[in-house]
Amino acid sequence: MGNRSIVPFGPQHPVLPEPIHLDLVVEDEKVVEAIPSIGFIHRGLEHIVKKKDFNDYVYVAERVCGICSFMHGMSYCEAVERVMDVDIPERAKYLRTIWCEMSRIHSHMLWLGLLADAFGFESLFYQCWRMREKILDMFEMSTGGRVIFSVNKVGGVLRDMDHEMLSNFIKQFDDMEKDIIELTNVFLEDYTVNTRLRDVGILTKEQGLELGVVGPMMRASGIAFDTRKLKYAAYEWIDVEPVVATEGDCYARTYVRIKEIFQAFDIIRQAVKQIPDGEIAIKAKGMPNGEAFVRVEQPRGEAIYYVKGNGTKFLDRFRVRTPTFANIPSLLETTKGAQLADVPILILTIDPCISCTER
Amino acid sequence: MATLMRFTKTVMKNLFSKPVTTAYPAGPAKVQERTRGQVSIDIDKCVYCTLCAMRCPANAIKVDRNNKIWEIDRFGCIQCANCVNVCAKNALSMDQHYTSPAAKSVIVTYGAPKQESEKEQAENKSEK
Repeated sequence: MGNRSIVPFGPQHPVLPEPIHLDLVVEDEKVVEAIPSIGFIHRGLEHIVKKKDFNDYVYVAERVCGICSFMHGMSYCEAVERVMDVDIPERAKYLRTIWCEMSRIHSHMLWLGLLADAFGFESLFYQCWRMREKILDMFEMSTGGRVIFSVNKVGGVLRDMDHEMLSNFIKQFDDMEKDIIELTNVFLEDYTVNTRLRDVGILTKEQGLELGVVGPMMRASGIAFDTRKLKYAAYEWIDVEPVVATEGDCYARTYVRIKEIFQAFDIIRQAVKQIPDGEIAIKAKGMPNGEAFVRVEQPRGEAIYYVKGNGTKFLDRFRVRTPTFANIPSLLETTKGAQLADVPILILTIDPCISCTER
Repeated sequence: MATLMRFTKTVMKNLFSKPVTTAYPAGPAKVQERTRGQVSIDIDKCVYCTLCAMRCPANAIKVDRNNKIWEIDRFGCIQCANCVNVCAKNALSMDQHYTSPAAKSVIVTYGAPKQESEKEQAENKSEK
């Protein structure tokens, strides 16, 4: 038995721009246990719901996180719409779906870049972010914002995308797809990259089920479940099959996310083909009275939204369960027995978003 | 060997292509038609109804109904365009250009007693 010591990891760490702190108990170079602590950037966003009109809170809700901002805003609106029993126009549902999938592509490209950075492949990191930039430009063209979109409202969406814009996007996606195939093949087939990812941080299916793992991390462990099957936005009319891998290691998680990028392209194409003409929003009358749960599939996994209204313009309670929070126990499980040098990659492969988790 | 040379094509492409980034602020920034840069107001249309101030998620807008003053904290504003959407008189609109960076907070006032433009205000501030 080697010498036991504690190595602090984070909240500020070169490889991780997110403030999570882990105390790593190490025996020589091997991690025996990891003790997490979060709570560095709590902003109290859930409490603001009591002081802001529920219509205006959309703009606060989408600021929960900078990467899945669209999905946060959308899920909040969906939850309030369910409480108020509002059925939004089909076109708005499709537009939400398209923006959701664009967010997924942008989030996964960002994550791939960060992963490349974590195992020291700087130029691959920049190439991934170069591709992501194109998506951000498309967001700016369609919504007016690059990171925070402010296009959701209770009862629909605020901006429309005309036929010309949509076909232009599809054309750009076709070009991007070719570039991304080339780029992601480096992750999947490059020898050096594979030595860093294969057989590192294995999470078995049983462990995954026990620890309540969500999102791509869950699907990489062989659990075929995708919240998009549960019908929100326009997903009920769209063909989605969960991308599954069985190995449960870092390579499998990378594989699942890469395949999800191409799946997102496919979903956008389906949505553009099926999108009907018509209104993009209806007026939501009355005040929310009652409660509702919404489950959505964010790029990082399943997020749960809870909203409770009391018949006034201020909501009683708003609660978010974010995917990172659900994945932290499985992160701790995978770090046990890992090499100290692999810890940054293990943390990155859960795709942590601590600002979501702490709100 | 093929597995070792995966990235070579991309590397070669990079060697002979122009940079993807633009040299802002030396060159102009890319903006789109819908870009939400900053809120601008046509003060003649404003009726000081305070609707924008009430609905602002960041409390960046202050409206004095009695003295007819409309005031915005440029860096408090989160560019959500909620005020533009709720304005009954269409006095507010989104400008495509962002507020220039500054070390101090920029509070811009429109309306009575004297209508000051942003430029004048900046000058006044630098004098102080």
